[in-house]
Amino acid sequence: MTAGAPDVLIVGAGAVGAACAWELSRGGLRVSMVEEDVVGSGATAAGMGHLVALDGSEHEFALSRFSQGLWAELLPQMPREVEHLQCGTLWVAADDEEMSEVRRKHGYYGAHGVSSEMLDAKQLAAAEPELRVGLAGGLVVPGDSVIYAPAAAQWLVERSGAAVIRGRVERLNGRTAWLGDGTRLEAGIVVNATGARAAKLTAGVPVTPRKGHLAITDRYPGFLRHQLIELGYMKSAHAGGGESVAFNAQPRKTGQVLLGSSRQHGVEDAGVDRMILSRMMKRAVEYLPGIGELQVIRCWTGCRAATPDGAPLIGPWPGEDGLWLATGHEGLGITTAPGTGRLLADLILGRTPCLPAGPYLPARLCHG
Amino acid sequence: MGRRITISVNGRAVETREGTSVAAALLNAGVARFRRSESGEAREPLCGMGICMECRVTIDGEAQVRSCQRLCEDGMEVETT
Amino acid sequence: MSGGSDVVVVGAGPAGLAAACQAAESGARVLVMDDNAAAGGQVWRGEQGEWQERFARSGAALETGRAVIDERVRERGRTVVLATGARELFLPFPGWTLPGVVGAGGLQALIKSGYDVAGKRVVVAGSGPLLYAVAALAREKGASVMLVAEQAPGAAVAGFVRGLWRHPEKLAQGVGLAMALGGVEAVRGCWVEEAMGRGRVEGVKMRCGRRVWEESCDVLAAGFGLTPNTELAEMLGCHVRAGAVETGDWQQTSVEGVYAAGEVTGIGGVEKSVVEGEIAGLAAAGRRAEAERLFGRRAQWRRFGEELGRAFALREEVKRLARGETVLCRCEDVTVGQLRDRAGWREAKLRTRCGMGACQGRVCGAITRTLFGWGPSKPRPPLYPTRFEDLFSD
Repeated sequence: MTAGAPDVLIVGAGAVGAACAWELSRGGLRVSMVEEDVVGSGATAAGMGHLVALDGSEHEFALSRFSQGLWAELLPQMPREVEHLQCGTLWVAADDEEMSEVRRKHGYYGAHGVSSEMLDAKQLAAAEPELRVGLAGGLVVPGDSVIYAPAAAQWLVERSGAAVIRGRVERLNGRTAWLGDGTRLEAGIVVNATGARAAKLTAGVPVTPRKGHLAITDRYPGFLRHQLIELGYMKSAHAGGGESVAFNAQPRKTGQVLLGSSRQHGVEDAGVDRMILSRMMKRAVEYLPGIGELQVIRCWTGCRAATPDGAPLIGPWPGEDGLWLATGHEGLGITTAPGTGRLLADLILGRTPCLPAGPYLPARLCHG
Repeated sequence: MGRRITISVNGRAVETREGTSVAAALLNAGVARFRRSESGEAREPLCGMGICMECRVTIDGEAQVRSCQRLCEDGMEVETT
Repeated sequence: MSGGSDVVVVGAGPAGLAAACQAAESGARVLVMDDNAAAGGQVWRGEQGEWQERFARSGAALETGRAVIDERVRERGRTVVLATGARELFLPFPGWTLPGVVGAGGLQALIKSGYDVAGKRVVVAGSGPLLYAVAALAREKGASVMLVAEQAPGAAVAGFVRGLWRHPEKLAQGVGLAMALGGVEAVRGCWVEEAMGRGRVEGVKMRCGRRVWEESCDVLAAGFGLTPNTELAEMLGCHVRAGAVETGDWQQTSVEGVYAAGEVTGIGGVEKSVVEGEIAGLAAAGRRAEAERLFGRRAQWRRFGEELGRAFALREEVKRLARGETVLCRCEDVTVGQLRDRAGWREAKLRTRCGMGACQGRVCGAITRTLFGWGPSKPRPPLYPTRFEDLFSD
């Protein structure tokens, strides 16, 4: 290793890379980052910035809940540009079947220390007046919130003191990264935190792109009060391959409404797919009839990094000495960034892991 | 310009003529502002051709409508913020 | 209607109407789309004239009041002619966000849509021949035009005027304008330093070299020339250079089946727009021989456009009028001080929200290109703010 080389080189300065830089620096390591664009400009800028405790699996809940605790410490220190909005999540139940899911979720959250409140149809209408009549009820999780993730990533990078090198990494191993212009960057270890691009830089990493569409409106303060998600979301969003859309609408601190969501597996083209967007919007109108009158000012797409078992890849990459991974967060990368950074730092520094690391270690997907 | 019509501006009756844009009618009525900017400044139309978005008002309950791109109609209700 | 046309023309201003007439008169099925309530564009807004009458007889269909918001326009016909025109270039100066400060073209458009300026004291400032047209219109409608201030040096403008004998139509227009302006004071090498007022513009601070003075007014109309509307062309993948769409001999763009004509290919005035539109319309209808006969006239009006650009080039001083606390992005209230040390447009957007608002970067994007040399990012749909329910209705 060249004299003066950093202890760690993090490739990719999205929310996950930024949180890793923050935790590794606090752990006493010298950190550099390399980013091809602006800090937080990839999937971090494309996503919704919803900080949510999800209970799709035990490991998903553990990482998202632990990370929410870290966000609660960080957010009061962060600047206004982070646009933190403590709006909570309102899971919307369309029918009795989904109401039984409300009860299950309420029970699960209660048993795991997350406060939530069940709403019947009347309470739902009072909580969110723009929702159509005839819905069955819902579950409010007041601890969830919304941020503007690029600003949070920028703050973490700045405060970490990590040097950010501008360039596109074309090749890397556990000691070195090569930029497009031929520059060699050396370090004690290398962290691949390039999201959906991770497999292009490290052959065999089991991440694949899962494209999503979003649309944002002009400012309509008060139109929404909570982040709204249909309870069918878990079913449709994680239903394996293919395409899906689900109703997911978010109030921004600016008064804008941000609308999701769609999933297209294995699609890399960044173009806006009119059919998908159209389906997404029709789904939204089914829940929020009044949204049809709001003016959309921008639509865009982003790419989630999906893994075969739905859990992220945090830890050493067995195929390459010195190479570590922090990727594969699918739609939950903003929420789980701080926990990812903490866990990765624990593993690199040989501390007791903040969470049992097993479900997140890349090695779990490398046997056979 | 066409026949006389009346629109309501923040609840006040304002006489104008058919064929007049809402933006022009509001300027003629001497409203204090069309909208408030994010930092609270009063704003009025800049470009007059639907580009700058400074003339957005609420028309018949629909928010964020560009008033320079809409013609007045008799009985129209306009609100500024 | 969908898919039924041979030629779809986007924009019903001079270039669009000329293209539509030539194509329709050649037997093509033509559809013209425009987001305004009526044809004419900004220049001919609400006027009747030779091309409007010819268009009415041409058999071309007209669809108004609806903006083209994405690349689906290509599904409306075999070939597309982009005649999307230009918009006013604004530059920030202290006080430019005060009520009563409008664009020069902005004042023109507002007067044409019924704004009553009778008895108002108006200062017109900025750059370009449009200033005189606006001043003449305001005066005709009863305003007291206190001053017309052109930032370009007197010598440059005088040289331009001396060269007008090569373009007799323009000379006649100029003489007409001069007469309409009557005794209005017109100065050159002079610009607005600041608009002042409590809650509304009450006066402007003007500068001519070392001389600085204040002028009272009720309305300040300030515009710094025009900038092409290239967003749709960029979305369709057409090459854009120096802020204008690149075209070949037949007004074809770099994308097969897409033509561009008028101000969108470079600012040059009505005559250039008309002749480019005619060539595009003829070429799109397969009549290249007729189109070729117009090349000489096009070359003449492109020269005029170049002379215009040189004579009214923006001086460095007007790019430095804003102070750190002056708002640059009006949708999000982002100041010059928050922006000037950024690496580029993308960083500015992510760090400050500049360009993230409802104007979709049209005002602030043109300003940051002029002030900082930033290239804007590729436009994303919808090209104009559009209601959810209208976004996907066909």
